[in-house]
Amino acid sequence: MQLSREDLLEAYRRMKIIRDFEEFLHDEIAKGEIAGFTHLYAGQEAVAVGVCDHLDADDKIVSTHRGHGHCLAKGCDVEGMMKEIWGSREGLCKGKGGSMHIADADVGMLGANGIVGAGAPIAVGAALSAKIDGKGKVAIAFSGDGACNQGTTFEAMNMAVVTKAPAIFVFENNHYSEHTGFEYAVGTDKDIASRAEAFGMKVWRADGTDFSAVHDTMSEVLEYVRAGNGPAAVEFDTERFYGHFEGDPQRYRAKGEIDRIRAERDCIKKFRESVTEAKLLDGAELDKVDAEVATQIENAVVAARAAERPTAEDVLADVYIDY
Amino acid sequence: MAKKMYREAVRDTIFQEMQRDPSVVVLGEDVVGGMGTAGGPEAIGGIWSTSGGLYDEFGGDRVIDTPISESAIVGAAGGLALAGKRPIAELMFADFIGVSLDQIWNQIAKFRYMFGGKTKCPAIIRLIYGAGYNAAAQHSQSPHGIMTGMPGLKVVMPATPADVAGLLRQAIRDDDPVIFMEHKALYGMKGEVPDDPDFTIPFGHARLTRAGQDVTILATGMMVGMAERAADKLAEDGIGADVIDLRTTSPLDEEAILDSVEVTGRLVIVDEAPPRCGLATDLSALVANKAFASLKAPIEMVTAPHTPVPFARELESAYLPNPDKIEAAVRKALAYN
Repeated sequence: MQLSREDLLEAYRRMKIIRDFEEFLHDEIAKGEIAGFTHLYAGQEAVAVGVCDHLDADDKIVSTHRGHGHCLAKGCDVEGMMKEIWGSREGLCKGKGGSMHIADADVGMLGANGIVGAGAPIAVGAALSAKIDGKGKVAIAFSGDGACNQGTTFEAMNMAVVTKAPAIFVFENNHYSEHTGFEYAVGTDKDIASRAEAFGMKVWRADGTDFSAVHDTMSEVLEYVRAGNGPAAVEFDTERFYGHFEGDPQRYRAKGEIDRIRAERDCIKKFRESVTEAKLLDGAELDKVDAEVATQIENAVVAARAAERPTAEDVLADVYIDY
Repeated sequence: MAKKMYREAVRDTIFQEMQRDPSVVVLGEDVVGGMGTAGGPEAIGGIWSTSGGLYDEFGGDRVIDTPISESAIVGAAGGLALAGKRPIAELMFADFIGVSLDQIWNQIAKFRYMFGGKTKCPAIIRLIYGAGYNAAAQHSQSPHGIMTGMPGLKVVMPATPADVAGLLRQAIRDDDPVIFMEHKALYGMKGEVPDDPDFTIPFGHARLTRAGQDVTILATGMMVGMAERAADKLAEDGIGADVIDLRTTSPLDEEAILDSVEVTGRLVIVDEAPPRCGLATDLSALVANKAFASLKAPIEMVTAPHTPVPFARELESAYLPNPDKIEAAVRKALAYN
């Protein structure tokens, strides 16, 4: 399905926000200003945006340790996220969560997750809730090729099939689970989707660096799941531009690999090329988005740096609602 | 008031709350039972008979019979709760927390704090716990100490049918995640249960079941009845004991404990779990820290030994606290000058 110019421009903006957010963080983390562990999503933007473009706030997603892209695509506030990563009490999670635990239930984002594979059962629960409500809403578990080896993911897939939960398991295969290659760690022959299929689900596969392939695939997946056919799974082949965590020396990469994937498999570059070649959008309007997004992210960083710091008293808040 | 068994109080409270609030959902292994069999749904109604009739009344969307997948059960409860439901998940045996611990410890207990206080997770995880069935090391444990040590969880340990009703209803209406611990050896216990469909017992309020001036005995779950029997025997010799049923270990009614110890000066703590880093040591530290000057004798702890739960009848009996052990501990505390 061909998107309108406005929708394409908006999708581009979302992808670009994620890219710039991550590129900025990469630089800032190198300066030592940000505490903790950060896992960047750059390279995979077409998946987060191509999936979340189909969702509204009543559709839920559950994300991973590499969750900034999913949060941004689902509608979490850019500045709130930046402040959270800076550890400010003005952050989306008041500085309690940090990069790995960003959540905003108001937009249907039920949490990034520091435990690989932990999200899938939670998504099944959210899907069961949607099933009770009967309004055609879905819950999506984003998982990587690492999480596809966790028992929780298997349990969740089976339970979703058994209970006919409107859950969608989106596997982003970026070829690395932390520092280990997909070809080593995934026993199924070069394929995650076939595992999901073996659990009794209908599955799809697509190039995760091709926005329109992701978007079109998700149209089909969502139509199927929203119609009450039970869960589904989709595997997107994608690329991770940075290391497992910031500071990862990436000695496991092939020589020239990053240059190659940035040249050949950059989803944003490919998007630009395809929409300009098809004369759907022109370079000038995309450049304008680039400039606007760069300013937005720069401003978010400035705001995060200046934002109020939490105090020792804040440690005790929000363990319980009422204790 | 109606006379009910402990297990009936569980089932009836869930039933009433599901009628009252459409967001209440039940899930777990065999909570319906018989799914996919010739016997059909409701062939079991939960192996503890705590969910009979729920499926027939409320249907499969709200009474969700799950595969044997404890991580997915607890995780799904977390997801249901984040999405606005009030799930009651059953772990058939508390010992199965081992396979689902991440979802309890790293997920539901932490959502609210980790997400900056903007979400709530009103999930209940029912843990059927405790020894007394000769079910051996993997089906008899009392992991309340582990649960109590996790910030973000509330931990409830009812000792009577009335407390089951009041505390479970409170748990269902509570907006925080609750570990609701039902002692399997108490399921057949009968007692008066208030008929009031809004009968709740607030968390963090201990129950004084015997009153006396000479010693304080703290207990939970099945240990409460044992402590009462010991106290009744001691009363025959003119020894008066406060028996305090903590009801909830998180939140903990510190005031009730400290007030009693300040009067009696002697404390016996009864706990079904092993002694190290557990509820008994925790309570002991509390009293040593906050009521040291009131103590007239060392704190006595009657606990299971630092071993797994054994199988054979003789071994399990030797493992568990009992009224004789509690009585001996009280006499030891009283003999100290």
